[in-house]
This record gives sequence, structure tokens and C-alpha cells, in this order.
Amino acid sequence: MSFIPVFVLILLWLALQGPVITAIVMNSLPDGALEGLDSGARQLIQAEISSIAAGNIFGTPEPWKMEAARQLVRLHDISVWALLAITLGLSGALVLFSRRRVSAEFRARHGVERIVSGLMIFCAVVAIFVTLGIIGSLLFETLKFFEKVPFTKFLFGINWEPQIPIREGQVAAAGAFGWVPVILGTMVITVVALVLAVPVGLMSAIYLNEFAPKWFRATAKPLLEILAGVPTVVYGFFAILVVAPVIRDFGQSLGLDVSPNTALAAGGVMGVMLIPFISSFADDALSAVPQALREGALGLGATRAEMMTTVLFPAAIPGIVGGVLLAVSRAIGETMIVVMAAGLMAKMTINPLESVTTVTVQIVTLLIGDTSFDNPKTLAAFALGMMLFIVTLVINVFALRIVRKYREAYD
Amino acid sequence: MADTDASRESGLLAPNAGPALRRRNRYQIRLQIIGMAAIGFALLMLVILVGSLIASGYKAFTQTHLTLDVFIDPAEIQVERLPRGGFDDVIETALLKKFPTVEGRAETRALTDILSNGAQFQLRDRIVENPSLIGQTIRVTVPVSDRFDQLNKGLVDRSTPEELRQVKDQAIAWFDQLKQSGAISKPLNWALLTNADSRFPELAGLKGALVGSFWALLVCFVISFPLGIGAAIYLEEFAPRNRFSDLIEVNINNLAAVPSVVFGLLALAVFLGWFGLPRSAPLVGGMTLALMTMPTIIIATRAALKSVPPSIRQAALGVGASKHQVVFGHVLPLAMPGILTGTIIGLAQALGETAPLLLIGMNAFITSAPGSPLDSATALPTQIFIWADSPERGFVSRTSAAILVLLTFLIAMNALAIYLRSKFERKW
Repeated sequence: MSFIPVFVLILLWLALQGPVITAIVMNSLPDGALEGLDSGARQLIQAEISSIAAGNIFGTPEPWKMEAARQLVRLHDISVWALLAITLGLSGALVLFSRRRVSAEFRARHGVERIVSGLMIFCAVVAIFVTLGIIGSLLFETLKFFEKVPFTKFLFGINWEPQIPIREGQVAAAGAFGWVPVILGTMVITVVALVLAVPVGLMSAIYLNEFAPKWFRATAKPLLEILAGVPTVVYGFFAILVVAPVIRDFGQSLGLDVSPNTALAAGGVMGVMLIPFISSFADDALSAVPQALREGALGLGATRAEMMTTVLFPAAIPGIVGGVLLAVSRAIGETMIVVMAAGLMAKMTINPLESVTTVTVQIVTLLIGDTSFDNPKTLAAFALGMMLFIVTLVINVFALRIVRKYREAYD
Repeated sequence: MADTDASRESGLLAPNAGPALRRRNRYQIRLQIIGMAAIGFALLMLVILVGSLIASGYKAFTQTHLTLDVFIDPAEIQVERLPRGGFDDVIETALLKKFPTVEGRAETRALTDILSNGAQFQLRDRIVENPSLIGQTIRVTVPVSDRFDQLNKGLVDRSTPEELRQVKDQAIAWFDQLKQSGAISKPLNWALLTNADSRFPELAGLKGALVGSFWALLVCFVISFPLGIGAAIYLEEFAPRNRFSDLIEVNINNLAAVPSVVFGLLALAVFLGWFGLPRSAPLVGGMTLALMTMPTIIIATRAALKSVPPSIRQAALGVGASKHQVVFGHVLPLAMPGILTGTIIGLAQALGETAPLLLIGMNAFITSAPGSPLDSATALPTQIFIWADSPERGFVSRTSAAILVLLTFLIAMNALAIYLRSKFERKW
């Protein structure tokens, strides 16, 4: 047991020595070497220095770079020797300490169990830290965003044009960060997805729960689960490879003007993804209805279909609504399908044949390839993420409450 | 219908009940048909999804190659200058020798377009490995460029007017001539698994993505497995029933439903922004995936712990074991199969996760496999995303092939989980 602290020390040391040494070296560079360079150029210089230090010298680098590389190697050597010395010293001290503690009266197990309990509580609390981390980081960046763009302009603005470079002071006037068209596009795609997924999912659940022969249920259910296990990036590719061309050709044959990345394709494919989700929730809700209700209905002379539509289904409605709500929150937060198959331009439209954009598409496109945290463009992604988090959290809490409350009512 | 008739004969039904009952039965049949249609639709979608991926992807599992007798001209390539040298000239000369009539720059250019850009590097690697080949004539088999690969696989419609086609008539004639002479072969495309990414479809492979995904999953497992099990044991076996435990529970349930892209934002702001970890590194990807996998593992572990009967606990307590000894010596080992099953399923989900990895930059263009979790890398799903975005036609079938590889891994992991469950599941 006494070697755990040493082991932790070694791990920490190895993890930190790289960044620390780099920071020391970069800070010791001659004045002016890094002046006026952005973070990318700095990283380039840093990479060049470390490749010189590793012995790969291309051409003739400036002398200060050679000097920095020599310093890098020197610091590295110092670090390794220091680690060795400290590790040995600490191990020795700990062994001595343990030897002194060991005696007939020493209750090792109590101590160990206390430590293990502490570790387990730590594990459980990590979940809270993650939530706090999400809220904290989103809130932090979002507040910075609202320093640059007024809150009302964001919430009620109907123009979303973050890609246009914006000069200082023009932000508010241009009003390019209004999230209304983005959330509208999200809703269009969500509605398309649910229009497909809810009826199909519910009907399959009804059939599987009440009418299907046992063997059919045993094969169809796992097959539906496969549909739920397919990664969303696969659905996204499916949407652009198969669904979008089919919809476009079909639309053109009807004389309709269908945009190449229509909301119908993204929403439809998302609907397919949600079918097993809704179906399994509805199936659970139907199964949770007590047997007495089924038998009562059948005993009064109802056919099985009548029992299903007049007794079971209404009784299961709260659970089903909970499942549908969770599906809504899934659809809103779904990213890859829409990133690949939906559009980039925000439009104020509810026509599913046009190309619309969604909150998640904007988050991804705003953040790909750009990590400086000081321009409104990057910060806008965090503001959208905050909104996404709040909306899905509210829906989830609400849905879980409905599902749980309803279950308790029959237990 | 049979029992309606029987009921009527026995006088149990009112004389006018027939039509109403028929209507009610018809309603039942209608409901069943709609239900079957719904399932049929869902399964049809599954078939179309897998079918279209196989149909467009299987062609990427072979790659057209060209076999040439190359004279390693000592005038172009010298031992002292290796690995530099005129490998492209040497191999192009070999191809030109097959077509003595080709003259002029433009025609030569058009002819040598058949060769893949990577052909000269394959030749170079071979010579560097064995410099004694210089001065000899050796037989090499190298990939052809993407356009001619498409042509050979029948993906180029020869009836399209020439000006709308990327491959011109002359080039097709040359290619057919080569094919007739038996120089064209179509072996299995191992490069798909052994090469890293490339801008040229005929050279692009998944090695970088596979290694990147492996590192990310390893980090994810190392972090989420102990954390998840620790949290689950605490909540299930030790936690007092109070507001604090409730808070943790609600928290975990909600974390499981937070959109994945939000985890990406968290990773971007905290891991990259505040901790300053490297961008595009599988380490960061794995840490992010671990946060998402942890709730899954916690929920699975709690279910597994719950299914261990109380009699085991009571027996252990009865012979004087402490609470800790009961849990770690008896309950946990018995629950392990269930925990492992849940963990594998959680890792399979993590393997397919894309959005958070995009936000931390694992969609970079990287032409070598990462050597450690700190190197820049892609992962399988992000590689699929990159290829799906690439304009070259050869990447369409390669994307499908990459998806098939990803799905194979997912199926294997889930099959392992099912096998573990069926092998070790105990009925108490």
C-alpha cells in the first residue's frame, strides 16, 4: 500500500514534466522572438525546438533556437534524475514509516476500509463535478459572449450570420447572432423526425406487445435494437448517400424544388434512428400496465384490439409521453446526422423541403478548426451549447419525472 | 369467424351481433396489419441501410494494381543518395516502355496519370530496404490512381460523352491494353487497414484511425471503469438514503441524457482551454468519452449488484465478514459478468461517438498513425466523417468500407457482451 503515493507521484511527474519544461523553455526565449505571433506560430516554433532537441536538424536554425533546444535537453535530464532521486527517497521514507506503524495493535483493515470508502465517495461525486464542469464552462464562455452581444439580440434576433467577419462595435448593430432561425430549423427537423418515428414506433410497440407471436417478438426486438446501436455518423452518411438523392429525385419528378440538403432527409433519417427508442419506451409502458386491466377488459368482451386502444393504450399514455419527450430531447441534441445532412445557412422557414440549420450544426461548424476563445464566433457556440443544455435538461427532468411518477402509481 | 358461427348456433349471441362483430374483428386485423407494416418499415430501413453500405463499400476492399518490370537505373538512383532519387522517373520510364508510340509532354503526362502518386514511394521503400537491387530489373506491383481504379471497377460509365468524363478515351484505350496484357490485377486492399490517411483515395487507409480509436478507448476504459464501479458500489451498497445520494442519482441519470456535443464543449473549454492539453490527442478524446461512458457503466453496475441475492450478503455477514469484505469478496465477483457486459456495451457506444471528438479536433488530416495517446490522431468515426466530406469519388466507397469496418467492431463487441452474459449469467 505504501507504494501508491510513489506511483501517483511518478504519474503526475511524467504527465507534468513535458508542459512545465516547455513553458520554462518558451519563457526563456530571447525577448522579441515571440512578439506579435499568434498561438499557431508559437506552437510551430515550439515544435521546431523540440525536433531540434530530438536530433532532427533541418537546415540551419537560428542560434537562439539551438540554445533553446540545448536547454530543453538539459532540463529533461535534470527532471529525470530528480524524479529518480525523489522516488527513491520517498519510497524509503514510506517503508520506514510503515515498519514503525506495524504492531500487534495496529488495525490495518479499518484504515484500508476508510480509504476505500473515501475513494468510492470520490467516484460518486465525480458525476456531480462533471455536471458542475459542464454548467461552469458553458456559463463562463456564455457570459463572455453576452458581454459582446446583448442577450436580447441573441434571444430575439432573426438573423444568424456568424461567418461574416465582424469589426469591433458592429456586432450589435449587425444583429448577426439571433438564434431564432437556428432554433426554428432545429424544430423543423425534430418535427419531421417525430412525425416519422412516433407512429411507426408506437404501432410496432403495440404489435410486439400484444399481437406478435413469441418467436417474432424474440427476433424483431433485437433487430430493432441494432437500429438503435448504429452510430449516428453512419446515419449521416446514409442520409447523404441514399436518402437525400431519393428525396430530391422524387421531388423533382413531382415538379417540386427540393434543396440538396433538405430538412426532410436529415429529419427522416433521424426519425429512423428514433423508432427503436420510442418503440422500446412504449413497449415498457404497455407492459407496466397491470395484468388486471387487461383481463378486466377481455372479460367484458372486448376484442384484443379494443382492449389495446381503449384500455391499455390510454393507461400507458403517461409513460409513452415520457418516452416521446426523451426522444424529442434526443432529436434536438443529435449532432452528426444534421452536421452531415442538413444545411449551414440559417433561414426563417418552416418548409421541410428547404435546407435548414440546427443548433448542433452551428456549434460544430463554429468550433471546427478555431479555438481562440476571444471572438464572438467561438463564444456563440458556447451560448448555443448553453441553450441546448438547458432545453434538453428541462425536457429530460420533466420526462423522467412523468415516467417515474406513472410507474409508482401502479406498483 | 369460426367461433362467431359457433356462438350464433348455440344462441349465445344476439341475432344482429354478426355485422358488428365482423366489424370489430376487422378492426383488430387492421390494427395488426398496421403494426406489422410499422415493424416491416423499420426492418426494411435496417436492410436498406446495411445493404446500401455493403453495395457501395465492398468495392473498396479490393484495389486495382499495375504490375511493371522496372529497371532501377543507376543513373537516377545511387546508394549514397538514398532515400532520395528519381524513383518517379524510373517507374514512369517502365510504363512508357510499354507504349512506345506515346510522345510529347501532354501524352506522357496523361499516360503516367495511370500510376498512383504512391507508386514511387512503394518502389523507394523497397530499394531502401535492399539497395543491391540498383542496376537490376525488378517486377513491381503498384496501385493505380483512383480514376483508373474506378474505371476498372466499372464505376465509370464509358458511354458518357468524353468531355464530361474525367478519364479520356485515349487513357481508357491504354488501360484496356494494359489489362489485356495481364498487367492489371485487383488484389485485396490491405492498404485500407495498413495505411494511414491520405489525400489520394487509392492510398488512404484506416490505420491511423484504428490506432487513434484504440488509444481513446483505452483511456476511456482506464478512467471510466474504476470510477463507474466505485460510484455504483457506493450508491448501491453504502450510501445512506439522504438528499445527497438522491442528488448524485438524479445527476447521473441526467448526465446519461445530456447531448454528446455538450460533452465536446466541456472538453474544449476545460481539457483544452484550462488544462492546456494537446488538441486532437486521443488522450483528450478518451477522457471526454469516459465522462459519457461513466453513467452507462454506473447504471449497468448497479443493476448487476442488485441482482446478487441478499442471501449471499447475509451468509458472508453471518460468518463475520465486514461490510467491505462482503462487497469486495463476494458481491462484486458475482456481479462481475454483468458489469463487464455493461462496460463493453458502453465502450461500443463510445467507439461510435463522433460529435465530441470533432470539437476537440480529432478530425485533423494526419498521415501517420499516432505513437502515443498524446500524438494528434483521428478516430474511426471521425475518419468516416472526413472521408464523407472529401470530394474525390474514390472516397465514397472508402467511407462505406470504413463504416463496415466500424460496424464489424461494434458487432464483435456486442457479440462478446452477449456471449459473456450467456456464459456467466446465473439464475439464483
